[in-house]
Amino acid sequence: MTSSKFLAARRADPAAIQEALPEILYSVEKPGRYTGGELNQVVKDWGAASVRVALAFPDVYDLGMSNLGLAVLYDILNRRPDTLAERVYAPWPDMEAALRRAGLPLYSLESKHALADFDLIGISLPYETLYTNTLTVLELGGVPLRTADRVPEHPVVIAGGHATYNPEPMAEFFDAFALGEGEDLILDVVEAIRRWKSARGSRADLHRSLAKIWGVYVPSLYRPAYFDDGSLSHVDRLDEEAPARVIKRIVPRLPPPPTRLLVPYIDVTHNRVPVEIMRGCTRGCRFCQAGMITRPVRERPVEEIVRAIEDSLAATGFEEVALLSLSSSDYDDILPLVRAVTERFAGRNLNLSLPSLRIESFSVELMDLLQGEAHRGGFTLAPEAGSERMRSIINKPVSTEQILETARAIYGRGWHTIKLYFMIGHPSETLDEVQAIADLCQSVLAEGRKLIGGRAKVTAGVSTFVPKPHTPFQWVPCDTLEQIRLKQSLLKRQLRGPGLKLNWNAPEETLLEAWLSRGDRRMSQVILAAWRRGARFDAWQEHFRYDIWLEAFAEAGLDPSFYTHRERPIDETLPWDHIDAAVRKEFLTEDYLWSLQGRTRVDCRERCFACGILPRFSDLRRDHPGETWECPEVKSPRRSIPVELRLPTNV
Amino acid sequence: MPRYRVSFAKTDAMRFTGNLDVHRTWERMFRRAQLPLAYTEGFSPHPRLTLAAALPLGCLSEGDLIDAWLAEPTAPEAVLSALRLAAPPGLRVDSVVLVEDPEPSLPSQVVSAEFDVELDPLQGEPLATRCAALLAEDSLPRRRRGKTYDLRPLIEALAPSGSGPQLHMRLAAREGATGRPEEVMLAMGLDPARAVCTRKRLILHRGQVAVVNDESSHT
Repeated sequence: MTSSKFLAARRADPAAIQEALPEILYSVEKPGRYTGGELNQVVKDWGAASVRVALAFPDVYDLGMSNLGLAVLYDILNRRPDTLAERVYAPWPDMEAALRRAGLPLYSLESKHALADFDLIGISLPYETLYTNTLTVLELGGVPLRTADRVPEHPVVIAGGHATYNPEPMAEFFDAFALGEGEDLILDVVEAIRRWKSARGSRADLHRSLAKIWGVYVPSLYRPAYFDDGSLSHVDRLDEEAPARVIKRIVPRLPPPPTRLLVPYIDVTHNRVPVEIMRGCTRGCRFCQAGMITRPVRERPVEEIVRAIEDSLAATGFEEVALLSLSSSDYDDILPLVRAVTERFAGRNLNLSLPSLRIESFSVELMDLLQGEAHRGGFTLAPEAGSERMRSIINKPVSTEQILETARAIYGRGWHTIKLYFMIGHPSETLDEVQAIADLCQSVLAEGRKLIGGRAKVTAGVSTFVPKPHTPFQWVPCDTLEQIRLKQSLLKRQLRGPGLKLNWNAPEETLLEAWLSRGDRRMSQVILAAWRRGARFDAWQEHFRYDIWLEAFAEAGLDPSFYTHRERPIDETLPWDHIDAAVRKEFLTEDYLWSLQGRTRVDCRERCFACGILPRFSDLRRDHPGETWECPEVKSPRRSIPVELRLPTNV
Repeated sequence: MPRYRVSFAKTDAMRFTGNLDVHRTWERMFRRAQLPLAYTEGFSPHPRLTLAAALPLGCLSEGDLIDAWLAEPTAPEAVLSALRLAAPPGLRVDSVVLVEDPEPSLPSQVVSAEFDVELDPLQGEPLATRCAALLAEDSLPRRRRGKTYDLRPLIEALAPSGSGPQLHMRLAAREGATGRPEEVMLAMGLDPARAVCTRKRLILHRGQVAVVNDESSHT
């Protein structure tokens, strides 16, 4: 039966979308993903806002609702009286099909406006396997996929998040990329759009004004040139005012964390209050992109964290609190913090978690203090490699004895399961080193058996290393499918039996991640072709289709192994070289050469290795002395900074 | 531990929130209201909260009931006002009364539930004809989740109501014998996806409603 109500819904105004929704929602899995209306949702007057922002997370609601970065931006934007921010997530394939059948656009959860009605679409790209979903979001939202096809009436499409440190594979689809920290940058972007709207400028005007903002990369102002062998020759600037290198944005001091967090009605991946206690990491693990691109290390004061937890709990009623950072043990006042949190929040039936702890028995004491009498699940440690030699190569020098000692402390204090995270595929890895992973798991289990007998368990999570841009390993090749399969089959043979569990990633998924993170601008063609052939939710094993990607490479006339299995010469121009993460390429090169010699670096809190952060941000550090940063203080007087090191002036 | 019975309505914002998630929403509501719930003993303690009867996904409710045990005695009026302040957009708290323990568990007291269903404009047979035809059957074998069952004995009352195309039904809601309004609609040739169904009332043992939906006290 076809009612007039249903036909009316094909128009894209919010009232029609709202009216058509219930019928659609009856037909899809987990309809609560698509209704909005949650506690602490902010709905502002559409007509009164001069800039309307859609914050999009191109994965399913369940994951997107747990993304802290978007929660921060949602809070910042909605605090401004003249700006509104609403949310959009990728529809699960059943909902995508239902929207297409009904002729409805992808809409924002708050006011049910089509994505195309917004002025700015900010898309979070924390990982690369969201690229095809990004195209789904744009197309279903009524926005032309390619930047070149957009007219002034279309929304401005901007990406942020860790994956954008190599923006080139998605360059065709974004007006701009926001590199680094968004707290201040987003407001500059909103202001630039407000001015551009009132000036009724062209798309080119918009791009030129965005390019003047510190941290914003506008790909249409750059054109890559290639050698005959396919490697990058150089990147031409098409506008004199566009910076030669786009320097990432940072905030000199972390602002207080958001506390009016959205409370989903349905169960999502993380049902908790997340509090970022520290940004950046001083450890310098060579495989870790996050550790390189989030420098300098800045900590939030203990009192600010405790107050944020208190306010968030009052606003949300969540039953869990997570204290987040890349390496929580390194937070200067970790013991006072854990004591303060424990004293303040004990007896409230809360689950307190503190992930990313160092492998040492002090971490076990911290968790013991934090969790009190609470039920003990698994305790997670990340040795990352099986042998001491390999842990030196990757600069995570923890001795095997220290790992076993920590394991004894864990089993001895009431935990039954230890989760050990490893990677295979590190540079120069041999099968002996893969065997060492299995041996280490067995040794840890043996310690557990001695202490608690058959209840002891070890779960090994073994992923495959992908050399990421802006790390000391950015030049090294990825393992081939055959190498990965060989190593995984060794682990599968060795890690079986009572008390042992092994998790691994499909090798094909690793290759996709590698293509997308190491690709150049020509990858845009491959991504578009794969999406047109149906690639969706590539991060989800049940949806990922390797064959589609191989067809897409063939269609684009590119060789996938060029991007993944080729050792890149140190002097090759890399696709992301014009993106400046403030860690110098000379430092990365030296660190790579040190790794080949097995030389390690200590925590840079103990000694500065001149990675490049301080010269780049010397004025910021001088203006924010003391404990705000973990980097040494800058005492030298302010001087005239060479042009190429100067931060752009903002709009 | 004092036991309270809360009467509430599930409104449009939570129409597509399932029962487990409604339960969790209540837990968070008590936390925001700073009313400490009592917890069960044992290895993994959980808050003592019991919803009266599961509601089919997509259904709204009025006169819905949940029992909650608090760790400390608190005046029901204070519980009511704190819960109202803490309620999310999809729940409306109507009243709170103290329940004298021992009383049987709330779900075990529920015998039937009344529903109002608003339908899209109808084509074909009028509603009264469809209701009469359905009620004339001795049995209505239906399959749900791979199991065959008889819907007919679960229908206690069924009739058109109101001015528009609207149905009123009373269905059995005992543990192990629960009628679902969308099953009744399907049996009548109606599309549940084009209807708005509200469970208006839960009927407890002896035909009594323990708490009458107190609309007048809610502003």
